[in-house]
Amino acid sequence: MARVRACARRCIGTTAVPALPVRLQRPAKEQRQFRARRVPANVSGNSMEYFIQQLINGVTLGSIYGLIAIGYTMVYGIIGMINFAHGDIFMIGAFIALIAFLVLSAVAGGALVLVLFVTLLVAMLLTSVYGWTVERVAYRPLRQSFRLAPLITAIGMSIFLQNYVQIAQGARVKPLPPQIEGGFILMETETFAVNLSYIQILIVVLTVGLMIGFTFLIQGTALGRAQRACEQDKKMAALLGVNIDRTVSITFVLGAALAAVAGLMFLLYYGVIDFFIGFLAGIKAFTAAVLGGIGSLPGAMLGGLLIGLIETFWSAYFSIEYKDVAAFSILAIVLIFLPSGLLGRPEIEKV
Amino acid sequence: MSAPLLEVEGVHTFYGNIQALKGVDVEVRAGEIIALIGANGAGKSTLMMTICGSPSPRDGRIVFDGEDITALPTHEIMRKSIAQAPEGRRIFPRMTVLENLQMGAELAGVTDPEREFDHVFELFPRLKQRLGQRGGTLSGGEQQMLAIGRALMSRPKLLLLDEPSLGLAPQLVRQIFDAIKKLNEDEGLTVFLVEQNAYHALKLAHRGYVMVNGEITMTGAGRELLAKEEIRAAYLEGGRH
Repeated sequence: MARVRACARRCIGTTAVPALPVRLQRPAKEQRQFRARRVPANVSGNSMEYFIQQLINGVTLGSIYGLIAIGYTMVYGIIGMINFAHGDIFMIGAFIALIAFLVLSAVAGGALVLVLFVTLLVAMLLTSVYGWTVERVAYRPLRQSFRLAPLITAIGMSIFLQNYVQIAQGARVKPLPPQIEGGFILMETETFAVNLSYIQILIVVLTVGLMIGFTFLIQGTALGRAQRACEQDKKMAALLGVNIDRTVSITFVLGAALAAVAGLMFLLYYGVIDFFIGFLAGIKAFTAAVLGGIGSLPGAMLGGLLIGLIETFWSAYFSIEYKDVAAFSILAIVLIFLPSGLLGRPEIEKV
Repeated sequence: MSAPLLEVEGVHTFYGNIQALKGVDVEVRAGEIIALIGANGAGKSTLMMTICGSPSPRDGRIVFDGEDITALPTHEIMRKSIAQAPEGRRIFPRMTVLENLQMGAELAGVTDPEREFDHVFELFPRLKQRLGQRGGTLSGGEQQMLAIGRALMSRPKLLLLDEPSLGLAPQLVRQIFDAIKKLNEDEGLTVFLVEQNAYHALKLAHRGYVMVNGEITMTGAGRELLAKEEIRAAYLEGGRH
């Protein structure tokens, strides 16, 4: 066990850190210190072990992006708008998770699994309330308005949520000590060990489970059928008795619940959150949704995974500073050749 | 005579500032087939959609089965025993035939969907062969069958059909009209039909209404209307006035 922890500490310098978006939000001075500390990637940059470690890190990060991306893609599918406040819903999810976790730990003490489980449920529930409220207050009154109006309120909502959390919780970063430590060592050489931590396993397993459940919900249940019907033809859906407003609300609630899961995972994985994490994570997840083909659920999952991998590998082999440039460049290149994304449908004007 | 199943009284409907219906009165009694004919843009489809609350009328009253439904939202109206196969069929293109049919039954409180499936497949055996196929890949005739089948899944008392013959080969038109006739005669389904194909529609219908510029200008038994000189001139013989 001690060896695992030692290894985890050793790995942090080269592997876990490159994927840490929070670092970007820090003041420039801190970033400089951080760069100086960084172990040069070429120490073990050519080994298979190093590659596999990056793969693990990339899939973990991609899972978080994928969960957020689903919220973007579903809302786009059903009402044709980009919900720019979704990244901040994710941030709210992370804050609710942190508060719930601290309160529950104080009450329940050592039962970590139970506390985490209840935290997850509480975060999903309360974040859903936020998602529902945002739609109800900021988007629904503008449903009949011109197309850009809800987009502008979405940006307004995003700014509002950031400032609301900044005022309510303060601008400083909120740390959470590591709760799930340790992991497996998959491979080891003299200079490098491939570490698969428990938290990474938890994130990937939970994401895969949620995505399977979610796919079933959309493909196999009456609720999912109503949701898809609204997406394809709202007027006809109403003619079959589907309550459009309710279905749109449910879409926002589902997206927010998944963002809350991503928020909790982010919190547990990086151990530090602030009011601004939603911005970059949101843009990355939005990029993932566009890359996969906006409106497509499998596309969002694939896009999330790809963005996570691109970012991680770029940080590992080239430069951390340009990892966002890499992710967004790949998006631009893909969109030049596949304008509707990897799994998206080409937009066909209805006659 | 018993109270009509559907009563439309003095309905005015607007799209923004443009008035599409100018005081329309229509009455549909249980067990009847009613045809509404008229030229393009006369307001036929608007009347169909106004009955379903999309858009709601600005003035007037719509009573279905003894209940005032004028102000209800569309999804609540459609959960009563009304179903519509709308203009342009509006099949969900990325759902399978099965899912399209399921959508028809789901929110109308159907207790035994299996029975409704059998009912639809008996009427349109073609749909059973296409069950797993996506709606968007069906031919026009199959889509129309699916649209009617989907509407029938809720076991409605009143079926609203908007231009079921549009764009179909004569063979298929006959098939669709035969199915409507069969539903009406064997099961007593009340049908309110909008058609440009005035000849077929009036031959099939018990009564007909003629709409011009958002107003009902003529009404009478189907065959009676068919015999009228002005109807023949306007709708059957190439628009001679």
